[in-house]
Amino acid sequence: MNKKEAAEKLINIFGDMNVIGVLHSIIVEVSKYIIIILFAVYAWHCFTVFFGNNNERKEKVYKRQRGIMYTIHFICSLVLYLNSLDVKIIIYYFIQLVFLIFVGKSYSYIYKGMSKTVLNNMLMLMTTGFIMLERLGHGYVTRQMAFAAAICFAGLFIPYIIDKFTYFDKLGWVYAVIGIVLLALVFVIGQEKYGAKNWIIIGSFALQPSEFVKIIFVFFVAALFAKSSKFIDIAKVSVLAAVHVLILVAEKDLGAALIFYITYIVLLFVASRKPVYLAAGLIAGCIAAVAAYNLFSHVQTRVIAWSDPWSYIDTAGYQVAHSLFAIGTGGWFGMGLGEGMPGVIPVAESDFIFSAICEELGFFFGICIILVEISCFIMFINISLKMSKRFYKLVALGLSIEYIFQVFLTIGGVTKFIPSTGVTLPLVSYGGSSIISTVILFNIIQGLYVLNGDREEQDGKKEAARRKAQDYRQAERTGRRRRVQ
Amino acid sequence: MEDSEDGDKEAQAPASKRGNAQIIMVTYSVIIVFMCMAGYLIYFMVHDSSEVINNPYNKRRNILAERVVRGSIYSSDGKVLAKTVTGDDGSEKRVYPYNDVFCHVAGRMSNSMTGIEMSQCYPLLTSHSNPLGQLVNTFKGEKNQGDNVYTTLNAELQQAAYDALGNYKGAVVALEPSTGKVLAMVSKPGYNPNTVEEDWDRLVEDEESQSALVNRATQGLYPPGSTFKVLTAIEYILENPSLYQNYSYKCEGSDSFEGNIINCYNNEKHGELNLSNSLAKSCNASFANIGMSLDINSFSKLCGKFMFNKKLPVKFEYNRSKFLLNKKSSTAELMQTVIGQGKTTITPLQNAMIAATIANGGEMMVPYVTDHTENEAGQVVKSYKPVSNGKIISEEVAGIIGKFMQAVVEKGTGSSLNGFSYHVAGKTGSAEFNSEGTSHAWFIGYAPAKKPKIAVSIVVEGAGTGSQYAVPVAKEMFRRYLGN
Repeated sequence: MNKKEAAEKLINIFGDMNVIGVLHSIIVEVSKYIIIILFAVYAWHCFTVFFGNNNERKEKVYKRQRGIMYTIHFICSLVLYLNSLDVKIIIYYFIQLVFLIFVGKSYSYIYKGMSKTVLNNMLMLMTTGFIMLERLGHGYVTRQMAFAAAICFAGLFIPYIIDKFTYFDKLGWVYAVIGIVLLALVFVIGQEKYGAKNWIIIGSFALQPSEFVKIIFVFFVAALFAKSSKFIDIAKVSVLAAVHVLILVAEKDLGAALIFYITYIVLLFVASRKPVYLAAGLIAGCIAAVAAYNLFSHVQTRVIAWSDPWSYIDTAGYQVAHSLFAIGTGGWFGMGLGEGMPGVIPVAESDFIFSAICEELGFFFGICIILVEISCFIMFINISLKMSKRFYKLVALGLSIEYIFQVFLTIGGVTKFIPSTGVTLPLVSYGGSSIISTVILFNIIQGLYVLNGDREEQDGKKEAARRKAQDYRQAERTGRRRRVQ
Repeated sequence: MEDSEDGDKEAQAPASKRGNAQIIMVTYSVIIVFMCMAGYLIYFMVHDSSEVINNPYNKRRNILAERVVRGSIYSSDGKVLAKTVTGDDGSEKRVYPYNDVFCHVAGRMSNSMTGIEMSQCYPLLTSHSNPLGQLVNTFKGEKNQGDNVYTTLNAELQQAAYDALGNYKGAVVALEPSTGKVLAMVSKPGYNPNTVEEDWDRLVEDEESQSALVNRATQGLYPPGSTFKVLTAIEYILENPSLYQNYSYKCEGSDSFEGNIINCYNNEKHGELNLSNSLAKSCNASFANIGMSLDINSFSKLCGKFMFNKKLPVKFEYNRSKFLLNKKSSTAELMQTVIGQGKTTITPLQNAMIAATIANGGEMMVPYVTDHTENEAGQVVKSYKPVSNGKIISEEVAGIIGKFMQAVVEKGTGSSLNGFSYHVAGKTGSAEFNSEGTSHAWFIGYAPAKKPKIAVSIVVEGAGTGSQYAVPVAKEMFRRYLGN
């Protein structure tokens, strides 16, 4: 049912033509402005919360953010319902509401002392994804909700696992082997989708192993770098990391190859603290990029599509051109939910979801999404800085780089800022592998933070006890001296 | 840990803080990259997006058409070229009051959009009227009024050119030399955009090979005939900057070079000629003689600067003019090319740009048809500024060739343009296109010669000589636009 039919049906039910008609269009029309204002306030709080130490105020901000999230979710669902009068929307609304409340409460309980900004952002991004997928139809949202619920529930055990399995940092070489084997497996039995051979299809499930190897890869590099940053050890790790990247290049999964590569370079730089390595890595990357451009036609296609999509609008430039049409036509405030044509954007449900969001919810909404993603990244880095254990520090850093770099690749790609590489927008895009791996990524960082907090608390207690003892001795000494005098 | 061998200061920092400086560096880099991206996005929205979305591949115009009443298209003198009329039942109809006079340049809505209807599709479907009023309309479920497009076209001049062409096939382009504004653009035969839907099958079948759907003014490729001698003369002046005045040639009505014979029109003997007279009398033999002395590479480059074989930076559909002469070409081809025959083909638009460039002291302006857009209340939303395509020839050379073109009118093939209160500069042409000797009549020129306000390019298909069939069209246009 489209919007017009829905409006007519409502008018038929309630009889009064004018009132209902006007009310309907007011809700549909005004909602987009309200949503943008609310989301802007939300994004603003993502940053203001970094400043100051007033915990009571922070708590209030978190609550307000959650309130905004529920409101946006409600308004969007209402608009979607009014435009379709589909009862499913109501059912989805309540399931999602229960999901949001459950995750919000249970995570606050399990992950004590976690970053609540990150939790809020995770849920906010998922909510945006749910709404957009509902809008796009085709049953995307059902699967997405199922995956999100499953992994968020499983995620409750991550802090426990991190806490119990203390030998995580001893398994460096094992991670490398697992990663390479998984990627190689895709190379052998994988299937091609959207021009990249990075899917394993089992029954009705399509799995993208590179999404999971991404996490294992960080563990591998972090574990070995935490042990040693001598030249010979770095060389060994580099060879294995290069194997990962080369397999991905061979699978034409350029986005993943880039993410792995950049993450590796950053970890190498931080672990060695030698700018030489960073420079060498970046130069090598540039040379490799030029070589890839000259060697592979699919790389050339992407670059052509980026530099001039208009001349190749029927072929290579099709996706980017349609993405820009959507963003441009949507304008600053969007066409309104259900009012645009996101259906004509290729793969709008996954790689190009940012364009679909900009088209219907507005460019400002898109900017707010970018702000929320950056706020997540800054929180992650903050956590990495606070980590006392070297392995954990590098893990947190590696995962945050992977996350933000993926955001950069997808948003930059769909807006023609950089050539498109075909990666998903974490937590928003449709895709089981994507949402599962991103939630795991978020939870590992949160888990590390919680763990670090506990350790520090214990350390803090020891420290306090030591000082007390010292003071006591000092006091005793002075006392003795006094007595001598 | 093991990595303290480099002994720098930071190595003494506690293990938990080691690397933090690097992490912060990376973080700042990431934030800078994202700020660049956000800056790019905002630039895209402010600067590029309106152009980008106005693409025939963007399918969203139907959505906009549901919310906005398409705006009108006006001529520069305020005449309606296209408007949308809403019937009592809410149905909309696009009406073109001038029928086929503006059919190619203003374009059509149905059967795949063309012309200004296409190039300004999204501005016409975007409303910049009072936002509050818009909101009220939206609530009431009523449509907003789209912006109006004001063109650079002068309806009176267009009508004059249209009438002057009579029943001939052909095309007329008139430009304002100092800005590149398209003052008139006629292509005949046309079609009636009001009934194009009903007539479509007939137009496409085209049993009488009328090609009525083609905009000859920008897409028709014709041999330039003698109008091309203007470029040959410019090249000669450029190659002989101090000696061109000494050029002399005795025309016997025909001549032969390396065994190739060239004839003047009707084998007329022009006698003793200098460069100016050669152009004024349009002497083929003299120009073949000039052509034999020219540096082909340099000539080819000059034509490239005049935008032969190049993409034009214009916003409407066109075909590229072609200049194919090169070092390997035969003498026969060279001789034909320098007098405007051979393989060279040109659009009337391109020829108008050449005339306008000379009129504008050697600076080529990019032709454009949209002057500005206005909202319902008459406030300007966006105005288009003249854009230069660069200095093609020096002001001095432009002045010399301009004087020569004035001589064409004063004592040569364009003499019927004398008698105005101002001087006219121009060049006629009769381009042969088949072996039977029928030719397309050409005229390019501008007026007033001192302070040019209009440059024209006229082609009348298969009519005969330029003096007889193209010059009268120019005369009528100058009279209408500049007075007697």
